[in-house]
Amino acid sequence: MRISTFFYTIKQGFVNIFRNKWFSLASIATIGACLFLFGMFYSVLANFQNIVKTAQEGVSVTVFFDEGISQEKIEEIGALIDKRPEVSKKVFISADEAWNSFKDEYLGEYADGFTENPLADSASYEIYLNDVSMQPALVTYLEGVEGIRLVNRSEVTAATLTGVNALVAYISLGIIVILFAVSIFLISNTVTIGISVRKEEISIMKYIGATDFFVRSPFVIEGMLIGVIGALIPTGIIYVLYNKVIAYIVERFASLSKLLSFLPVETIFSTLFPVSIAMGVGIGFLGSIITVRKHLRV
Amino acid sequence: MARTDSRGKRRKRLAGDQDEIITLQDVTKVYTTGAPALSNVNLHIKKGEFVFIVGDSGSGKSTMIKLLLRELVPSSGSINVMGYDLTRIRHRKIPKFRRNLGIVFQDFRLLKDRNVYENVAFAQRIVQVPSKEIKRNVPSILATVGLAGKYKAKPRQLSGGEQQRVAIARALVNRPSILLADEPTGNLDPKNSWEIMKLLEQINENGTTVLVVTHNREIVNAMQKRVVTMKKGVIVSDEEKGGYIDED
Repeated sequence: MRISTFFYTIKQGFVNIFRNKWFSLASIATIGACLFLFGMFYSVLANFQNIVKTAQEGVSVTVFFDEGISQEKIEEIGALIDKRPEVSKKVFISADEAWNSFKDEYLGEYADGFTENPLADSASYEIYLNDVSMQPALVTYLEGVEGIRLVNRSEVTAATLTGVNALVAYISLGIIVILFAVSIFLISNTVTIGISVRKEEISIMKYIGATDFFVRSPFVIEGMLIGVIGALIPTGIIYVLYNKVIAYIVERFASLSKLLSFLPVETIFSTLFPVSIAMGVGIGFLGSIITVRKHLRV
Repeated sequence: MARTDSRGKRRKRLAGDQDEIITLQDVTKVYTTGAPALSNVNLHIKKGEFVFIVGDSGSGKSTMIKLLLRELVPSSGSINVMGYDLTRIRHRKIPKFRRNLGIVFQDFRLLKDRNVYENVAFAQRIVQVPSKEIKRNVPSILATVGLAGKYKAKPRQLSGGEQQRVAIARALVNRPSILLADEPTGNLDPKNSWEIMKLLEQINENGTTVLVVTHNREIVNAMQKRVVTMKKGVIVSDEEKGGYIDED
């Protein structure tokens, strides 16, 4: 291909957008609407998952040791715990630390009456999990380990979070399926309009002796440009709206602020932005290829 | 690409030796329904000829044009245009074949959103003529068809006659061996029709083979060229310096 032909093709792609203003606007609006919905649901779901994940991270299993156990034995048990795949981290709390935190929290100045540590046998490991659903397996294991007197766990929280997690997964899947169906419908409609606009132009080009490639290229470039614009607009809107909505929720539901941990907009966009652009370009590319292909057989 | 080019040239030379540029041999075209649109048509056109193809609607003229453009494939028989066997040509070779033809339609078929210059230049861009040459060729061909001053106009700003001139300029700018005109005066008044026909005659005098499908009795009778008359898919007469045969 000649360089001048290459630039002509690129230029035609740009010019085409302005030649068929209304069609371009309709296409941009369609792709934009689909990607806006996608972006919104992605933001909601990502935050929801983050909230669940944060809650899960707070769920821990605490193990207490047999009376009079040696420090060595405790460390041995610690090593065993570290080897378990369920464990994300463990924190050792010595008997003194346990007493101190109990005093501060519940007794205050009344604690002065105690000369010995009443919680002398309350050294413990606080174990945090990778995934709450793994809790029962870990507890069963820990209960079998020699030197462990008691395993404390929060059965209800773990079960609830596991349930919520599954629910989020199902909802995500459902929304993605619906979005996909809506997008296909909207896009195929736009493509049908595109065909009626292009039909004559394509047939003229073919009669004059244009190759399929020459006919197709400007349309494909146009389609991809429309896709990029159709992706930039909704992601821009979401970027602006995101912080405002989060600020509103935090203010409105201040009482839940410990439970609601939102992701920063940059984290959301590190995935949302490239995925939206790729989807926009992909939709534009496929849409234009399909539109043109039907008329190339002249 | 270079290989196909040289092959294309060799084919052309072969056809040139025989002096025949269009050959239809026992061509029949049957659509899925109804009687055949063309039955056993034989037609031989030599390089540099000017031929009218006349006939009523339903006579098979349009089918013949579509076959010559390789928009359709014959049901049986063979078609050879400039050495290209149109019954066997591959899809990807069709564009190259069509670049040897200049085509003019009754409804002009200009790109409405582009100006006169761009419409003509488009044909050159397709064959990848460098921009510099396009800038030289297009004004010159527009001058030939008498539209030098209107290169910036959009098709809708032009009269029917002017639009047809643009279409002719577009058909000629790549110097085709054959010019196919399908009812070129069908949408024009008598004055413009005559001017277009004179232009086609002039093009023919410069060496291009011209094939005109038309209804225009007056023009056919006046121009005294070869006339091929079709009726119900058959060639009923083929005369040098013929006239328009009246329907019974």
